Amino acid sequence: MLEINNLKAYIDTPDGIVKAVDGVSFSIKAGETIGIVGESGSGKSVLAHSLMQLNPKPPVFYPQGEILFEGKNLLQLKEKELRKIRGNEIAMVYQDPMSSLNPVLKIGDQLMEAILTHNPMTKSEARQRAIELLTDVGIPDPKKRLNAYPHQFSGGMRQRVLIAIALACNPKVLIADEPTTALDVTIQAQILELMKRIQEKYGTAIIIISHDLGVIAQMAEKVLVMYSGRIVEKGNVEEIFYQTAMPYTWSLLRSLPRIDSEAHERLLSIEGQPPNLMNPPSGCNFHPRCPFATEQCKLVDPELTERSADHAAACILSEAEFEEAKKRIETKDQERGQGHD
Amino acid sequence: MLSRKRNLIPFVFLILLFVATITAEWWLPVSPSVMDSGLRLMAPSSENWFGTDHFGRDLFGQTIVAARVSLLVGFTVALLSTVLGTITGLLAGYYKRLDSIIMRIIDGMLAFPSLLLALALVAALGGSVTNIIIALTFSFWPVITRVVRSSVLQVKTIQYVEAAKTSGVKDPVILARYILPNILSPIIVQGTFIFARSILAEAALSFLGVGVEPSIPTWGNMLQESQIYITLAPWFSIFPGIFIVMTVLALNLLGDGLRDAFDPYAKGKKKARKRLFKQKKQYAS
Amino acid sequence: MTEPLLEVRDLHMHFPMKQGVLQRKTNDVKAVNGVSFTLNKGETLGIVGESGCGKSTLARTLVSLLKPTSGDILFEGESILNYNSKELHALRRNIQMVYQDPYTSLNPRMKAGDIIAAPLKAYNLTTNLKKRVLELMDLVGLKADDYNKLPHQFSGGQRQRIGIARALALNPKLLILDEPVSALDVSVQAQVINLLEDLQEELGLTYLFIAHDLSVIRHISDKVGVMYLGKMMEMSDSESLYKDARHPYTNALLSAIPLPHPGKEKKRERIVLEGELPSPANPPSGCVFHTRCPFATEFCKGNVPAFDLDEKNSSGHYVSCFYPIENK
Repeated sequence: MLEINNLKAYIDTPDGIVKAVDGVSFSIKAGETIGIVGESGSGKSVLAHSLMQLNPKPPVFYPQGEILFEGKNLLQLKEKELRKIRGNEIAMVYQDPMSSLNPVLKIGDQLMEAILTHNPMTKSEARQRAIELLTDVGIPDPKKRLNAYPHQFSGGMRQRVLIAIALACNPKVLIADEPTTALDVTIQAQILELMKRIQEKYGTAIIIISHDLGVIAQMAEKVLVMYSGRIVEKGNVEEIFYQTAMPYTWSLLRSLPRIDSEAHERLLSIEGQPPNLMNPPSGCNFHPRCPFATEQCKLVDPELTERSADHAAACILSEAEFEEAKKRIETKDQERGQGHD
Repeated sequence: MLSRKRNLIPFVFLILLFVATITAEWWLPVSPSVMDSGLRLMAPSSENWFGTDHFGRDLFGQTIVAARVSLLVGFTVALLSTVLGTITGLLAGYYKRLDSIIMRIIDGMLAFPSLLLALALVAALGGSVTNIIIALTFSFWPVITRVVRSSVLQVKTIQYVEAAKTSGVKDPVILARYILPNILSPIIVQGTFIFARSILAEAALSFLGVGVEPSIPTWGNMLQESQIYITLAPWFSIFPGIFIVMTVLALNLLGDGLRDAFDPYAKGKKKARKRLFKQKKQYAS
Repeated sequence: MTEPLLEVRDLHMHFPMKQGVLQRKTNDVKAVNGVSFTLNKGETLGIVGESGCGKSTLARTLVSLLKPTSGDILFEGESILNYNSKELHALRRNIQMVYQDPYTSLNPRMKAGDIIAAPLKAYNLTTNLKKRVLELMDLVGLKADDYNKLPHQFSGGQRQRIGIARALALNPKLLILDEPVSALDVSVQAQVINLLEDLQEELGLTYLFIAHDLSVIRHISDKVGVMYLGKMMEMSDSESLYKDARHPYTNALLSAIPLPHPGKEKKRERIVLEGELPSPANPPSGCVFHTRCPFATEFCKGNVPAFDLDEKNSSGHYVSCFYPIENK
C-alpha cells in the first residue's frame, strides 16, 4: 500500500549537509505494523515526517527516491493534493501530547475540525462522530469531555485525544512517532493496548517509531533498525530479536537494562558516541563502535543483503562469521565478568 | 554580525560621525563659532555646505560639532541605565524578598512617561549636560530593570543554577558567572535602543528649552533656534533634523542586528537558503 | 559497612496552593507525604515512581534546596534540618547531586574544565586546581583536551560525564542521582550506568538513585523503594523486590515494562492499570492507590495501610498494602 524506494532526505544546515535519511526502502501492507528503531540522530523522525511531507523545506530536501502511496508518488504531488492525503489517508501521532494540541480550543472543536476538513457532513453529524471517536479511544464521559480544554487533560488522555484526531478520517496508514516516550510506563501500557485495539477494529497499517526495543517487540510484526540515516537490518520481529544479523542490533539488545536480569548484572555497553552525520565515518558507519570491526570495514560500505526470505542486514560478515565472532565476545565477557566479581 | 550589509552601514555611519565630531576642530574648513553678519541665513553653497544661521555661522560645522553632546548624552545614559538596571534587575529577579520592594519603586517610576519625568527633573535641577544625563538615566533605568528581572526569573529556574547552588557556589558568583552571561544579549540590545531614545529625548528637551544651555550647540538647540526661520531658511531646521533621524535609525538598525545575531535560530537562515538552491541542483544531477 | 549514612523519618513536603486574585491559600500539594527510609554506607537505594509521585521533591529536600514541612533528615546521625547557612555549606560538600537533563544542567557559557572546577573554587580548594580537574575528567572517561570545550560541543553522554565529575569534585559521601540516564540513548545509558558502578566501587560512594522505571534500577540498586503519590508503597532489597513483589502497584509497574522479547511479549499477562494518577492536592482517602488498584475493596477506601514489615520475608521487605500479592 505504501512503498518507499531509495528515499533520501538531506538537511541543509549552516555547517553543511546532514544526510538524515540516506537511501531507505521499505513497504507496508494494510493491517500491518512496522516498527522503526533507532537512537536519537538516526534519522527515524525525519523519515517519518518525510512520509507525510511534513519536514520544513528548506532546510530539508529530497535529492532522490520515491514515496508511493497507492501508486502516486507523494514527492511529486502538489501541496493541495498532499493536503487531501494528509490526515485523510495517512495520519500521524506525535511524541509530545502537551504541545500537539491547541491550548485555547476545546477538545471537541479540534476533533470536529479534523472530521469536517475531509468529510462533507453537518455539524451535528460531526459531533456525533467526535463522541464515537472519543469512546473508541477510551475517554470516559465523552459527551462532557468535548467541551474540555487540553490543559484539563493529563498526558495520557491528551495522547488518546490525538489518536482520536488521527483516526478522524479512518486513515489507511497511521504513523506514530515515539507515541509513548513522554508518558509514564503504566500509561504507556494503556496507549499501546489502545493502538492494538484500534488496529484490530479498523485494519489500519501502523508505522511505529521508537527508541525502545521493548515497545517495538510488543507492537511490531516487522522491524527496521536504523543507524545514522540508513536501515542496517530489517526483518520479522522474531528474526530481529532472536536471529540478529547485524552487530549494531546485537550490541543494542545486549546493552538494554532489563528487569529479568540478575542484580548488579553488568550492562554490556556500546563504546563511543553515535556518529556525526555531517561527517560520517568512512566505510561502514558503525565500524568505530563495532566490536567485530576489521580493517575491511573501514573501507567497504556494506549494502543491505538478504539473509533469509524477509531478513536483511548491512554487514560484511557472513552468518557463520558473525556467529563465531559473537561466541568469541560472549566468552570474553564471561571471563571478564567473573574476574570483576 | 558585521558581515551583513544591513548591519555594516549603520555601524560605519556611527563610527564616521563619532570620529568626525571629535576631530572637528582639525579638519573643518570654516570654524562653526565664527560669526559673520554679512553671511546671515545663507542658503547651502560650496562654501557653506549646509548654509548659515541667523548669526552667519557655518551650519555644517555646527551640525557636526553638535553630535558631540548628542552622542555623549546618548552613550552615557545608555551605559549608566544599563549598569544600574542590570544590578537592580539581577537583585530583584534573584532575591524574592527584594523583588517586591525594588519592583514597586520601579513600577512607580515607570508610571510617568519617561520624557515627562526627565522634564520635571531637569526643571528642578536646572539645564546642563550633567543634569540631562541624570534625568534621562532615571527615566530609562527602570526599563532595563524590567527586562533584566524577567530574564533572570527565566534563567534562574534552569538546572545549572540549581546545580551550582548544590555544589556550594555562593550567590554573588552564581549571579556573576551563571546568570549574567546568559542574559547579556537582551541587555545589550535594550542598551542600544536606549542610546537611540536618549538622543531623541535630549533633542526634545533642548527643543523645549529645558535642555543643554543654548550656548552649546546641540541638535535640539539648533532646532529650537531655527523655529522662527523655518519658512525663511528651511535648511537651518532640515540638516540637524536629518542627522537626528539618521543617528537614531542607525542605532535602531544596529539593535535589531544585534538581536538577530544573538538569536541562534535566525542566524544563517538566509545564507542556508541560498546554498540550498545551489546544492539542490548538484544533488539532483 | 552497615552503618547508616542517611536516615529519613516521616518526611513531609507540602506546597501551599494559592488561587484567585487574592492568592488565598486553598490547599496543599502533598508532594512528599510521610516517607521514611535508611540508607547505609556504600549502598545504593533506588527510588522508583511515575511522574508526580514526589521522587524529585524528595531529592531536593535531601540536598537542602527545599525545607521540609515536617519530619527529619539525619546525615551521619545528625539532624540537618536546623543547620545554619555555614553548616549547610559544609554539609553540601558531602551530599552532591547529578541531574537528569544533560542539556540544562550545565552552564552553556562555561568551559567543561571550569564547570568541574566550580565546586572546588566554592570551597577554596584551589591548590593544584587544574591537576585535580584533569584527574576528575580522567576518572569519568573524558579526555584532557576536552578541558576547554563548551558544553554544546559534547554529546549527551559526555555531558552527563561532566555532570558526574562536577558532583565528585568535592569527594562527597552521598550522591543523589536524579534520573541520570533517562535522557540518554540506550547505547549510551549502559556506559553511564557502568561508570557509576565503577566509581562506587572505587570511591566507596553511597547512591540514592531516582528513576521512573524499574529496569535501569535493577542493574545498580541494593535496595529499591517504590513511591506513589508521595508515599512509599514497597521497599526491600532488590532481590526480594524483583522476585517477589508484594504490592499491586509494584507488580503493575513491572508488568507495564515492555520486554525486548517478542516471544514472551505476546504471551505475557499484564496488569494494565486503569485511569490516571490522582492529583497530589486531593489524594484519595484510605490507601492512596485504591482508585487504580485492581484488588481494592471497600476497606481500602476508608483505611490507610501501615508501611509494615512483611512477615513472610525476614530480610526487611516493607509493604504498604492490606492485601499483598502472593507470588509462588
